[in-house]
Amino acid sequence: MALILNDYLIVSTIIFIIGLVGVLRRKNLIMLFFATEIMLNAVNIALAAISKFHGDLTGQMFAFFIVAIAASEVAIGLGLLILWYKRYNTINLDSLQNMKG
Amino acid sequence: METYLYIALFSPLVGSLFAGLFGNSERKVFTGVVTSMLLGVSMISSLILLNYIFVTSDIIHVKLMDWIVIGNINIPYGFVVDHVSVVMMVVVTIVSTMVHIHSIGYMDHDRSFNRFFSYLSAFVFSMMVLVMSDNFLGLFIGWEGVGLCSWLLIGFWYHKKDQPTTKDIYNSPYSTLSPYSSISPSYAANEAFIMNRVADLGMLVGIFLIYWNIGSLQYDIVFDKIGELNSMTVVLIACTLFIGAMGKSAQFPFNTWLANAMEGPTPVSALIHAATMVTAGVYLIVRANEIFTVVPEVGYFIASLGAFVAFGAATMALVATNMKKIIAYSTLSQLGYMFVAGGLGAYWVALFHLATHAFFKSVLFLGAGNVMHATNDEINIKKMGGLYKHMKSTAIIMIIASVALSGIYPFAGFFSKDLILEVAFGTHSYILWTVLWITAGLTAFYSFRLIMYVFFGKENYDKEKVHPHETYAFVIASMAPLAILAMIAGFFKDSYVKLVTNTLPKLNIHVSPETVNILIAITSFIALGGIAFAVFVFIKKGGYFSDKLQNRFYFKTLANQYYMPHLIDKLINKPYLKLSKYCFKVIDSKIIDAIVDTIATTIYKGGENSRIMQTANLSTALKWMTFGLVAFIVFVVVYLNLIVRG
Repeated sequence: MALILNDYLIVSTIIFIIGLVGVLRRKNLIMLFFATEIMLNAVNIALAAISKFHGDLTGQMFAFFIVAIAASEVAIGLGLLILWYKRYNTINLDSLQNMKG
Repeated sequence: METYLYIALFSPLVGSLFAGLFGNSERKVFTGVVTSMLLGVSMISSLILLNYIFVTSDIIHVKLMDWIVIGNINIPYGFVVDHVSVVMMVVVTIVSTMVHIHSIGYMDHDRSFNRFFSYLSAFVFSMMVLVMSDNFLGLFIGWEGVGLCSWLLIGFWYHKKDQPTTKDIYNSPYSTLSPYSSISPSYAANEAFIMNRVADLGMLVGIFLIYWNIGSLQYDIVFDKIGELNSMTVVLIACTLFIGAMGKSAQFPFNTWLANAMEGPTPVSALIHAATMVTAGVYLIVRANEIFTVVPEVGYFIASLGAFVAFGAATMALVATNMKKIIAYSTLSQLGYMFVAGGLGAYWVALFHLATHAFFKSVLFLGAGNVMHATNDEINIKKMGGLYKHMKSTAIIMIIASVALSGIYPFAGFFSKDLILEVAFGTHSYILWTVLWITAGLTAFYSFRLIMYVFFGKENYDKEKVHPHETYAFVIASMAPLAILAMIAGFFKDSYVKLVTNTLPKLNIHVSPETVNILIAITSFIALGGIAFAVFVFIKKGGYFSDKLQNRFYFKTLANQYYMPHLIDKLINKPYLKLSKYCFKVIDSKIIDAIVDTIATTIYKGGENSRIMQTANLSTALKWMTFGLVAFIVFVVVYLNLIVRG
C-alpha cells in the first residue's frame, strides 16, 4: 500500500496540533520554544510532501528556508531567555507581565 | 478692443481687492478714491467700447479660458460685448462711478468705510460678469454674485437691533409710516437673500432645462436652436427663467424684500436697489428675447404682472412717509413698466427705460442720501420741510430727477415711458395701457408729494438739534452728470435705436402719427395733472391726507404695504419656524441623533467589554490568537463551501 499525499498531510496536521496544544498549555518558555519548533516542522513535512507529489521543487526550497529561519529564531529566543533568567531567576511565562497596561 | 473689455471687466475687481486689504483698519480716504478711479477707468473703457461698436457694428467675443469641461459639457469663461451688453455696461459703469464718488462723502463718518468700498466694487464686478457673459451659467454666476454683494450691503449696519412688531401703524416696522424700514438690517439682508434664493431655484431649473434640451448654454447656440423645441418645453423654460427675473426684479410675489432693502446705506439703494441689480431681471428678458418671442402667451403674462406691480407699487408710494420707501416703491413701479415693454415684445424699449430709469432714479436716491445726511438720518418726510433754502443744489437735482421720473418733455423719462404706453396701445392691450396711464399720474403725484414735503412748506425738523447744510461740493459734482443724463438721455433715442436693433427685434406696431400725438398729449396731461395736484394741494393745505382719511381702511392697507409683510410673517415665517422646531425636536433629536448615538455607544461598550481579554498574560494572548485563527479558518472553509460553491 503506497502512501498518498493525504496521509502525509494528516501526519503533519496531527503534529501541528500537538505543537499548538503545547503552545497553549505550557508555561515554561523552553517548552514553548519546543512547541513552536514542532509546529514549524509539521509545516515542513507538509511542504516537502506537497512538493514531492506535485513534482515542484519550490516547496522543498521553502522547507529549507524555514529550517534556517527556525534555527536563527531559536538562537535569538534562547539568548533573550538566558538574559531573562539571569535577571528574574525564572522562565515561567506568567512572570512576563511588564507590559501590562 | 479686447484689452478694453478686460479693463472694463476687471478693474472693479482690482479695486475691490485693494479696498479689501484695508477692510479691518480704520477709515482711509484713499480706498474710496482708488476704487472710484478704477471704476472711472472701467467707465471710460466701456464708453470706448460703445463708440467702437456704434461705429463698426462689430461684436467682440472673447474666451478667457475653459471653465467646465466634463464629458459633453463645455462651458468656457466667455465674454461678449454686443449691442445690448455694451449699453448695459455703460449704464452700470456710469452710475457706479458716480455712486462711488458720492459714497466718499456719504460714508465719511462711518467706521467701516474701507469695507464698504470693497463690497461696492465687488458688486460692480459681479454685475459686469452678469452683463458680459456669453452663456447662461456665467450670467448665473454674476447673478449670484450681485445677490451676495446685495446681502453684504443691505446688512452693512448689521449691529442695529431688531425693532419689535407692534400694531401701532406709526412705529411698526411693517408700515411705511414708521421710521423703520424693516425689523433690522440683518433681517432685511436675510430676507432679500432668501427670497432671491427661492426665485433663483426657478432660474436654475430653467438653465438645466435649456441644457437638457439643447445641449449647450452659449447664447448664440441656444437662440439658434430654440425654435426647434416643442412649444411646451419653451413655455417651461421661459416661465422658469422669468421666476428668476421676478426674484431679482422684486416682482409680485417676491416684492417685499426690495422695500426692506432700504435698510442699507443710501448709495447702496441708489446703485443696487434702483439702477443696476434690480434691473437684472429685465436684462435677462432682453438678453433671452429669442426665447420669449417664441412664446407670446408667457410674454403677455409678464406684461400683465408688470402692469399689476406698476400700479400696486405706485399706490403704496402714495401714502408712505418713509422717504426711501417712496423711492423704492417708485423703482418697483418702474420695473413693472419695463416688464410690460419686455413682455409685449418691445425689448429695446424695455432696455431704453432701464437706462433712463437708472439715471434719474439713482440721482433721486443720492439726493435723498444728501437730505438724510443733512438732517441727522431723518427718514420721515413729514419731519423735514423747507430744506430748499439750505440745500439748493440737491433740491434742484432732485426736482430734475422727479420731473424726469414723471415723464415730462424733454426729460429722459418722457421718451422711454411714452414709448412703453405707445407699445401697450399699439399691441391693442388697452387694459394694460389704462393701468399704466393711471400709474403715470400717480407717479407724478407721489414724486412731487415727496419734493414738497422735503424742500418746501413749514420747517418741521427739530431746530435745536438739526442744522441742515449742503453736502460737499464733490458730492454734488458726482450727481451732476447723472442729473444731466436724466435731462438729455432721451435725445440719444435715435442713435440708441440704430445701435440695439442690430441685435434686438424691431418694434412691430402700427400706430398712426396722429394717434401717437394724442397719446403723448393724454399721458403728458395726466403727468402734469399729478404734479399740479401735488403742488397746489400742498400750497393750500400743507398736507395731503386728512386725519379722517388716515383712519380709513384703504389708507391703512396701503400704509401696511397691502399687509404683505404680515401675510408673509403669518403664512410662511411662523409655520416654517414651527416646522423647523418640529424637525429639530422629532426628526433630528429623536431619529438622527439616536442612530448616531447608538453607533457610538455600541462601539464604546464593545471596547469596554472586550478589555477583559487583555490580561497581559502571554499564554492567554496566545489562546486568543489561536481562537481567532481557528475562527478565521472555519469562516473561510464555510464561506468557500456554502456560499461560493453552493
